Amino acid sequence: MEQVDVFFCTGCEIGASLDMDAFEEVCDDGDANSLICHECLCSPEGVAKIQEAIDGGTDGLVIAACSQREKTAEFDFDRTKVHVERTAIRELAIWPHEANDEDTQMLAEDMIRMSLARFEALALPEKLEEEIAGTVLVVGGGYAGLTAALAAAGMGQSVELIEKEARLGGYLADCSNLVPERPPYDELQPNDIAELVSRVESHASIKVRKSTTITSITGSPGQLQVQTEGEGGPDGFTVGAIVQATGAKPYDAGKLEGFGYTENPDVITTTELEKMMSNGGLKRPSDGSTPGRVLFALCAGSRDEAHLSYCSSECCAASLKLVSAIHNDHPDTECVVVYRDLRAPGQLEHFYESVQCQPGSLFTRGDIKGVSVNGGGLKVAVENSLLGDDLDIETDLVVLATGMVPVSADGEAIRQLVDAQHRAEHGESDVQKEAAREIVAANLQHEGTEILNLHYRQGPDLPTLGYGFPDSHYICFPYETRRTGIFAAGTLRAPMDSAQAAEDGWGAAMKAVQCITSNSRGEAVHPRAGDISIAEFALQRCTQCKRCTEECPFGTINEDEKGTPEYFPLRCRRCGICLGACPERIISFPEYSVNAVGNAIKSVEVPDEDEEKPRVLVFACENDALPAIEEAARRRLKWNAWIRIVPVRCLGAVNTVWVADSLSTGFDGVMLMGCKKGDDYQCHYIKGSELAHTRMGNQQDTLKRLALEEERLQVLEVGRDDYAKIPEMFEEFAETIDDVGPNPYKGF
Amino acid sequence: MTDSTPRPLLVIGGGIAGLTTALEAAEAGREVVLVERDPFVGGRVLRNHQYFPKMCPPACGMEINIGRLKRNPRIRLLTSTEVTSATKEGNGWKVTVTRAPMYVNDRCTVCDECTPVCPAKIPDPANLGVGEVAAIRLPNPDGAPKRFFIERSACPDGCTKCAEACKYDAIDLAAVAKEETIEVGAVVLATGWHPYPLEQLTELGGGRLENVIANVNLERMAAPAGPTAGRIVRPSDGAEPKRIAFVQCAGSRDVNHLSYCSAICCLASMKQAGYVKEQLPEAEVVIYYIDRRTPGRNEEVLVKATEMEGVELVKGKVGKIEEGDGGALKLRVEDTESGKLMEADADLVVLATGMVSSLADGNLPFDIQMDSDGFGLDDEQAGVFVAGVARRPEDVAASVRDATGAAAKAAVAAGRSA
Repeated sequence: MEQVDVFFCTGCEIGASLDMDAFEEVCDDGDANSLICHECLCSPEGVAKIQEAIDGGTDGLVIAACSQREKTAEFDFDRTKVHVERTAIRELAIWPHEANDEDTQMLAEDMIRMSLARFEALALPEKLEEEIAGTVLVVGGGYAGLTAALAAAGMGQSVELIEKEARLGGYLADCSNLVPERPPYDELQPNDIAELVSRVESHASIKVRKSTTITSITGSPGQLQVQTEGEGGPDGFTVGAIVQATGAKPYDAGKLEGFGYTENPDVITTTELEKMMSNGGLKRPSDGSTPGRVLFALCAGSRDEAHLSYCSSECCAASLKLVSAIHNDHPDTECVVVYRDLRAPGQLEHFYESVQCQPGSLFTRGDIKGVSVNGGGLKVAVENSLLGDDLDIETDLVVLATGMVPVSADGEAIRQLVDAQHRAEHGESDVQKEAAREIVAANLQHEGTEILNLHYRQGPDLPTLGYGFPDSHYICFPYETRRTGIFAAGTLRAPMDSAQAAEDGWGAAMKAVQCITSNSRGEAVHPRAGDISIAEFALQRCTQCKRCTEECPFGTINEDEKGTPEYFPLRCRRCGICLGACPERIISFPEYSVNAVGNAIKSVEVPDEDEEKPRVLVFACENDALPAIEEAARRRLKWNAWIRIVPVRCLGAVNTVWVADSLSTGFDGVMLMGCKKGDDYQCHYIKGSELAHTRMGNQQDTLKRLALEEERLQVLEVGRDDYAKIPEMFEEFAETIDDVGPNPYKGF
Repeated sequence: MTDSTPRPLLVIGGGIAGLTTALEAAEAGREVVLVERDPFVGGRVLRNHQYFPKMCPPACGMEINIGRLKRNPRIRLLTSTEVTSATKEGNGWKVTVTRAPMYVNDRCTVCDECTPVCPAKIPDPANLGVGEVAAIRLPNPDGAPKRFFIERSACPDGCTKCAEACKYDAIDLAAVAKEETIEVGAVVLATGWHPYPLEQLTELGGGRLENVIANVNLERMAAPAGPTAGRIVRPSDGAEPKRIAFVQCAGSRDVNHLSYCSAICCLASMKQAGYVKEQLPEAEVVIYYIDRRTPGRNEEVLVKATEMEGVELVKGKVGKIEEGDGGALKLRVEDTESGKLMEADADLVVLATGMVSSLADGNLPFDIQMDSDGFGLDDEQAGVFVAGVARRPEDVAASVRDATGAAAKAAVAAGRSA
């Protein structure tokens, strides 16, 4: 930066709590062009002053005022012209500390030093200008996929729709009716899938490819090169984003013990009954007669640790639908429904009620213990029934409401398998080969399951999170996956009914179009939407350690044969986890780099040991820890003034060299505060917090080697609502540091 | 229905659904006007302590969303605003919005000099009326915009203390309401819900017995920013409850109240049982249910609740709650299938009250297609779409899913992307 100005707000108690004159020297020492104080910097008058400076040639700004989370629009200047460092004097120095106190003054001065020190290592970002393909690829022609295709086309994109079967329509193509989606929700709804199929097939912007599979996808969102194999032979085209709607398949009823599915022809599944009903009507497979009684066994294989531990969500409604259809077509046939909990959420309750009222339908709670032959019919043993403990129910046909299994491919597992297969063959030692063979054996079920065939180093398909569903933040951001620009929709993403699958098609299409338009503007997508900076790799110093390719949660980086990273900016979410991973520190962003933060750390004036003012450096995740800290400040909670806080994009974006920088600068301890890790992770970059824990765990060994106590480095999980605990967290760590004594490297 | 120039979208309601619709559309390049009746966006989720099944704070995802909102130049946010008239014009709508007087404007820095001088106190809306706050206050620290707000009706006549205390000229007590007409291409209704009123459930002690509270009240009680700073207590005497009963379908699946299932109450109660036990390990918790509706991966919540020691799930419909001896509550429970009657005692009863669509209030100037329960239906012809709980009873994940879809539907109706 050529000209860095410090704009210091003196409002909100700041000016009255600090010796403002002292900052002249701090700014001089930090090579600032000038220090401008203003009584209310966020006011239109204050903002105008800043704009004036920018117009006059200022390309670097320190705004020493409130948090970067406040007054965002007011302090939003053209990022390609000026870099802004906001330092939260109000939240991190004034509110939590004593006014006009020596320690508060030292803290505020350090904050200015830290901001100014960054500039030497910063650059202005250049907007990525790439040719972006506007086509959306939809994989799967079921309800969700068809809806997504029409939605994307409706928003003005061209669409490629791939279906591996010879027909469109997916699961619903075999259904006569739908569960009611419209009021009064009490009767079957005609299946309109054929109309949807014809709308898609006749749409000018949608190209339908049936009996087609994907042989490879290379490149990045915005520029994905797709190769297919279909009826007309191989073909290729370019798309900007992908909606994967490959659906679900019924759980294999042959795996269910005690239901007699494999032995008895009169035990069938709901899927088989659907097909039977739409192809000639209800018949007993054994003798072709119309059954006098049909028993529905719900949760057959669902909510069962031995099979599917989740609830498949739509089996209750699907069974109600079949009961209703049987009643309509065969009023003399009785239906018995044995359920554990009848799940008809929302307006489906009306449908449940209406089916319950149908003559000849009986609902009972119970656990099915077995199905046996009973003369010409069947007998179903039910336990825990509320009708009267255990009972046997005679029936002519048993229908198993089997759950659904997503048609996904676990990209990570496939990658592990393929890598292990390679090592088992070409490994360096017998030990390595043997270990690889074990991995191969454990992952063999993934062989040949590829769907997207992505040429991504981390694997050919979306990684899955739980139960084979390829999402990453299923509460707050349900369409997010771990591959930028590829969105899961429908029963692939979560168990759901047809109405929900259609909603999913709309939503995933929105995300796909959004990815394309964001890329066209040169901006990142979720969660750093609007960010225009991209990472730079100083490859001449790369040692091919592959950590960046391995640890990126989004599969952004490929590697060449030697293992040198190939960075794909359009896949990148700008979290900085690669920057945290790199031991050679060759990865940086224009406004967030190893050197910039390192300089900031080193700029802190650490008092000598005899001053008895220890210093603690805190890396705080911008999303949860920092807001919790700032909320504590807003509530005027007070904490230890030894603390110096560095906001980071993610705990995964903390390079371990910063720990070394801190300790060599004389900091007595280092804390990392980030999101919850583990199965229920809250990290918005999925693995950042987890990686920080591992990396810092390794760092403990380094501390030991330097004869430093391991207590000096601590990684903490902080929730967004943990503000009340913040002072205690700081105090406890400060006490620990007090106990272990000063950093012996202080002053060196 | 497609034009060459896309027109802005109007999103009504700034809860998780409306916010999502606005953000998703705006990040896809659409201009959006987001209208919210309250002084902040963030909505009801910010009154929740935790989300199931991860038991995580709602403010975490909201932090991302508010960040997205603040950075997005294509969203125009109008808080304290209502849509007062709407006329169909061609493919779009001409809409009049009325903005309540901005007594506190954008110059507010949240410095908090005004609160201590404010003489007026109101029941705390953030805690559903429990506890008191000053009439001038930050309505929600986790929402947006971060700006103080005055409950003007509570101000003593002629009081100007806050305006005098403000150093930033942010308070204008003479501000007046403003009307504005805007043209939009499509409308998304994301007006959310309100809890079924406790007072309607008199048989269950609602509004009658102090220790019978609603699930939404317990959620506030457990939150660190709640009226008891997170402590779960019996309202009558502030003591720790030893026996806590959750009554499922309190007013739901009931023709006398809400005939539909509110879809989230089972999960909410099981979640709450979890944090109750975490705070009060000795407490005995019983959940009375008709069906345990925990679809999808949320089955995990049921499994956890079933495995939790001191938590019992009992199939049965609670028909009546009366005061027993020594302040204890007596529950009469009927097993809905066998007809058997049971009795039970509790110190604190949490009624799992359902969700009522705000569209049912009928104060929007659109001819909205609704089902008989007041949930809205998409009207493609009119270019009016519905998202979130205004559309159907559902949880946050489903609201976000539908809200993203609603953004797409509205975008199609409002014209092709540029």
